[in-house]
Amino acid sequence: MDIYDILFWILSALAVGCALGVILSRNPVNSVMFLIVTFFAISGHYVLMNAQFLAIVNIIVYAGAIMVLFLFVIMLMNLNADVEPQKGQMVQLAGVISGGVLFLVILASIKTAKTEYMDKASTDIGLITNLGKVLFTKYVLPFEISSVLFLSAMIGAVVIGKKEDAKPPSKADEAEMKQFL
Amino acid sequence: MHLSLCGNTGIFTFNFTFLFFKMPVNSTHYLFLSLLLFSIGIMGALMRRNAIIIFMCIELMLNAVNLLLVAFSKIYGDADAQLFVFFIMVVAAAEVAVGLAIIVMMYRKVHSVDINILNRLKH
Repeated sequence: MDIYDILFWILSALAVGCALGVILSRNPVNSVMFLIVTFFAISGHYVLMNAQFLAIVNIIVYAGAIMVLFLFVIMLMNLNADVEPQKGQMVQLAGVISGGVLFLVILASIKTAKTEYMDKASTDIGLITNLGKVLFTKYVLPFEISSVLFLSAMIGAVVIGKKEDAKPPSKADEAEMKQFL
Repeated sequence: MHLSLCGNTGIFTFNFTFLFFKMPVNSTHYLFLSLLLFSIGIMGALMRRNAIIIFMCIELMLNAVNLLLVAFSKIYGDADAQLFVFFIMVVAAAEVAVGLAIIVMMYRKVHSVDINILNRLKH
């Protein structure tokens, strides 16, 4: 058991434990904090597998941007454990059982998978030089399309989030209201 | 240790408890870890009623898939899988922007993020 294996087990325990914390904690703010720790553990796995670019992007995009957005929305709505809606015990049990059954079914199917041993020596395929070359030659069209996707998502978020402006009541409305008074 | 869940049918027979922890890390370990994270995400999405927590569970599932893609990229020495992870992150970021906008609008209308309130289409 070398240092790679020890780090793998530590990071895996951290990721799985904090993932359980996300779904079990009552307070949504605690859930967000647990999810951030899970993302950091997954970034640690990326570093372990020599995918440094993805590790940094994972921290910047997920822990830095997406989770801050979640935290912002939760604090905007002032959610806490007191107003947290809870499902009934039976529904929660049914959720755990169906998730566990999915786990068992996929486990039974990957049991027969061929075991591939990885070369733990460091490689440079995950470095930004190599990834940039592949991204801008082989995958240049998906890259451009994803920029269009981002633009449309941004416009969509602005359009959805915009407040419908409350128009002042017109003369006809006021006359109609006076009939009822 | 030999663990059998369905008698001697051999469908659910596992023989890994100590062997699995002693083996050097390989593809099976990453498959198992991703599967565990994905299942936790599914359980959370089924268990909780808060729309934001369900959204976070979906992010957890996407990350489980990302982890597996990077692991196989390392095993086979191929950079394409890492770019797929990159594109999954792009789609996840766009999805979160639109989804949170929808949740904020829903909160403005009904003053709650409880998904059980959102059953108007049924009636």
